Amino acid sequence: MLSIQNLHASIEDKEILRGLTLDVKAGEVHAIMGPNGSGKSTLSYVLAGKDDYEVTAGSASLDGQDLFALEPDERAAAGLFLAFQYPLEIPGVATMTFLKTALNAQRRARGEAELPTPAFIKLVREKADGLGISTDMLKRGLNVGFSGGEKKRNEVLQMALLEPKLCVLDETDSGLDIDALKVVAEGVNALRAQDRSFVVITHYQRLLDHIRPDVVHVMSKGRIVRTGGPELAHELEARGYADYISDEAA
Amino acid sequence: MPAVQETVARVREIDVDQYKYGFVTDIESDRAEQGLSEDTVRFISAKKGEPEWMLEWRLDAYRRWRTMTEPNWARVDYPPIPYEELYYYSAPKGTAGPKTLDDVDPELLKTYAKLGIPLVEQELLAGVQERRVAVDAVFDSVSVATTFQKELRQAGVIFCPISEAIREHPELVKKYLGSVVPASDNFFATLNSAVFSDGSFVYIPKGVRCPMELSTYFRINERNTGQFERTLIIADEGSYVSYLEGCTAPMRDENQLHAAVVELVALDDAEIKYSTVQNWYPGDADGKGGIYNFVTKRGDCRGKNAKISWTQVETGSAITWKYPSCILRGDNSRGEFYSIAISNGRQQVDSGTKMIHLGKNTTSKIISKGISAGRSQNTYRGLVSAHRKATNARNFTNCDSLLIGEECGAHTVPYLEAKTSTAVFEHEATTSKISDDQKFYCQQRGLSEEEAVALIVNGFVKDVLQQLPMEFAVEAQKLISISLEGSVG
Amino acid sequence: MNAEVRPIRTAAETGLIDAFERARSAQAGGEAARAIREEAFSGVVARGLPNRRVEEWKYTDLRALMREAQPIAEGATEADVSAARSLLPLQEVDALRLVFVNGAFAELLSAIDAPQGVTITPFAHALQSDARAALTLAGAPQGDAAVALNTAFVTSGVTITVAAGTKVARPIHIANVQTGPGHAAYGRVLVTIGEGAEATLIESFSGDSGGHQVNSTVGLTLGDDSKATLIKLQDEGFGTLHLATLAATLGARAELKTVALTAGAAASRQQIYLGFKGAKATADLTGAGFAGARRHLDTTLVVEHDAVGCTSRETFKTALDGEARSVFQGKIVVRPGAQKTDGKMMAKALLLSEGAEADAKPELEIFADDVVCGHGATVGALDDELLFYLMSRGLPKVEAEALLVQAFVGEVLESIEIEPLREALVARSERWLVARD
Repeated sequence: MLSIQNLHASIEDKEILRGLTLDVKAGEVHAIMGPNGSGKSTLSYVLAGKDDYEVTAGSASLDGQDLFALEPDERAAAGLFLAFQYPLEIPGVATMTFLKTALNAQRRARGEAELPTPAFIKLVREKADGLGISTDMLKRGLNVGFSGGEKKRNEVLQMALLEPKLCVLDETDSGLDIDALKVVAEGVNALRAQDRSFVVITHYQRLLDHIRPDVVHVMSKGRIVRTGGPELAHELEARGYADYISDEAA
Repeated sequence: MPAVQETVARVREIDVDQYKYGFVTDIESDRAEQGLSEDTVRFISAKKGEPEWMLEWRLDAYRRWRTMTEPNWARVDYPPIPYEELYYYSAPKGTAGPKTLDDVDPELLKTYAKLGIPLVEQELLAGVQERRVAVDAVFDSVSVATTFQKELRQAGVIFCPISEAIREHPELVKKYLGSVVPASDNFFATLNSAVFSDGSFVYIPKGVRCPMELSTYFRINERNTGQFERTLIIADEGSYVSYLEGCTAPMRDENQLHAAVVELVALDDAEIKYSTVQNWYPGDADGKGGIYNFVTKRGDCRGKNAKISWTQVETGSAITWKYPSCILRGDNSRGEFYSIAISNGRQQVDSGTKMIHLGKNTTSKIISKGISAGRSQNTYRGLVSAHRKATNARNFTNCDSLLIGEECGAHTVPYLEAKTSTAVFEHEATTSKISDDQKFYCQQRGLSEEEAVALIVNGFVKDVLQQLPMEFAVEAQKLISISLEGSVG
Repeated sequence: MNAEVRPIRTAAETGLIDAFERARSAQAGGEAARAIREEAFSGVVARGLPNRRVEEWKYTDLRALMREAQPIAEGATEADVSAARSLLPLQEVDALRLVFVNGAFAELLSAIDAPQGVTITPFAHALQSDARAALTLAGAPQGDAAVALNTAFVTSGVTITVAAGTKVARPIHIANVQTGPGHAAYGRVLVTIGEGAEATLIESFSGDSGGHQVNSTVGLTLGDDSKATLIKLQDEGFGTLHLATLAATLGARAELKTVALTAGAAASRQQIYLGFKGAKATADLTGAGFAGARRHLDTTLVVEHDAVGCTSRETFKTALDGEARSVFQGKIVVRPGAQKTDGKMMAKALLLSEGAEADAKPELEIFADDVVCGHGATVGALDDELLFYLMSRGLPKVEAEALLVQAFVGEVLESIEIEPLREALVARSERWLVARD
């Protein structure tokens, strides 16, 4: 599904990713853990195609399609979804309008017919109910005045609606209390499928209690430095990241 | 709701230029001699079959205009206007005098159909509650058709070309014409007073809520012709009217002058809602051609509890010089100004409002959204003043500007003048660009850059769009995206 | 020249022409200076004193405010100097002190022991060595009436240079005192803060109630990475017309902070022209003003962002009583290419009496797209509910008002780090709150 080879990327001439390699197969959930500043969020932005980052070497492909040859919206249409750590607010644009615009844009890009409004509304209501998103929230400006939990739930709603192949969750647990975390995790778990993969980026192990990963990677200084099973997350929780910070001093 | 995709799709359909109203109607015209003199004024007055007092009023204005100089304080730059080379009157042949829809030249009906303006009184479908709009269509210098006249008359509403009102309702015209914008007001208004040819007249009698939206559609067709329309709306005690104004012009290489005057009078407890979608030809990408739009619009809340609300969507014209204002004379009266001004290419916009608080407990609100793209310059200029006796005057102003591209300019020039300690004025303004992060977020969800910008801009102007009547709002939303075509990338 | 029709000259204009005629032969600076002065003055004569039809002076009609031209001060007598001693404010602040009485340097009242790296010389020296540099107030519009009149007449003042890397611990206090019969005093202070240097300047203006006309200009140049704080107390006598212009240019990463307390003068106008010339510099301009009776208080500023990534903040607050009038005109300009500019301006006027009046014109003029700029302006009376709340707790109305006004302007004065100075300015504002004059 996702294949990243020897990826180097920098921002303002500062190299953040330094030869990252990662393979995610269809249906798998991979967790990427690491200390602050290890380049976790950079990875998600580079995959999604944020302008500020420059890929200096390496490749990334989604189902064989070269991601770096695509514009951000084309990557989205190809099936890449990034759940933002800090979802953006767009005043004046109702959440419902945004959802519909996004869904239809992707359908058009894939040569599918646009969804008629009644069918669309029914679909959104269904998905929103499961996430505890009220009609009122859907009418409000996108993420405007939403609490941290509401914003994250809104991200999961979009994920559910857009049905991507690959979901990258960037620190989705940050700023959430345990109840909000559960709702979000349940939403994500409901989307797990044979043909859908997840890359879950997180600093803490607690999210992984709720979204069980198949593989856990440790990232440090722009590279994957260790890979293991779910037990690795517990080990990190117990011992911290100290080992991965100090041994890079050279 | 899906206006974004629809708009972008529409824009793509338009090949060479974005301006889709740029066609010329081939129709024979009756024109005044080139240039401006007392004879021109007499010619226009005679063409309209005006009484002597009206001619005298015009001549006074003309003589005064000769002594005036063009204002130069606005942030707009243009070569001298050759006033002596313009034509001050042009009318499609065969449209003199009052007419029914059946008499209108089919070529004209076609023009308006092409512009999307219905000049037919559609029957209401059984069981379907559709909103109807009465239209007065002004083509160059004359009104060519006014729909729904009969039904309006039943309600006591007078809605007719102003030339007709001068003949048929002289007592009303005499009483109110020039009472809000005096003939001596400013260079362009004075010129208009001398040579105005047509426009709409509205009178809503006491206690009447106008049964439908009234609308005037202005079209400049003829080459080298100035359009000087004059609109006068009087809402008598306790009445209500919503009025819409739309405008387009053909694409021509030379600049065309448009100097209109609009006067609104709201008496006790009356309300006037005036909406404009201004889409005159803006000129091409290099700034060639386009309308010079020098307009004086002013409303007078003459009675207590009167309310006047201006909403404007300005996307057209090479130059816009326009400050729809409210004189809050009556106690407890209220003035509102909602504006979206979009400039692209080489357009220059200098627009805003004046809220003059004279009565007690008067309130006003200003929401202005300016968007500059391309190499355009977009200025908000506004005045809020409270007279010494305007106790408890209140104003809230919010004026935001959005810049798209690094070659345009956005400027804010507000004046606040409080002469009473009981006044409370609050003013806030911001200027920023569309945030890259917002754009990226939208793109991550599958929107193209163009769609993302259109969506964010539509959100940015939402407060103002909401003020427009429904049909206009949808049209305006599309217009906004079309106007910004080519600004991204 | 095109023959523009000008109304008949006012008494003040005629008086200025006479004064210039008398002064020019005796002024220092030689031929070069004479030509510059001549040019500046002829501009004023051609245009006349600015009136309300001149946009920049729309709300401060100098032609109407300046009834006559006072004679140029002819230095200070011994009696003047001794009278000035009691009119000299901020003596409790430990500072290098340069005192000018009626425009003349008063050594007796001054304390100049300039530390290493600081050079202080009379303005006359600057005139002699490079008249053009001394008489061109870089960054200010030379044709502006207040600037041009200063250029035409100024002979006294001081030049201060802080060498690169020098951090001056003690503030430098430049005091201007007017005393005796009504006169006109023109002063110019030119300050250069070298690269990486730091300094604090205090300017004070005070005097008796004679009808003086004070016109001061300050040119401030901040080198790269330098830091300057400028604190001004304008506490002129209530008969005085006070015109002041600050022109500042900032190098890369320079930091400027200004605090002004305006408490005196019949009519005063402070002009600030600030230009960002290097990237990532910051400026924080603040002011508090009080006026009662029929006094007039004008703050006019233009901040020009002409470099990448600079930040400016402008915060000005005034409280007005009686029939006083305040004017705020502020403009943030962002030049093409000055991306990443962050500019915010706020002007607030508090009207404490029926007859008070406030005018504000906050402007933005923006030619670069990647910017965050904004301004706000408010005009209004004290919050009735707050007032009522305080009164219900037993405070008399005047005290309740004083408390709220103090809180309103407090933000501005509290940012002054030098404690005795802050206390002195707070005390001055408290005095106003009692007198409301």
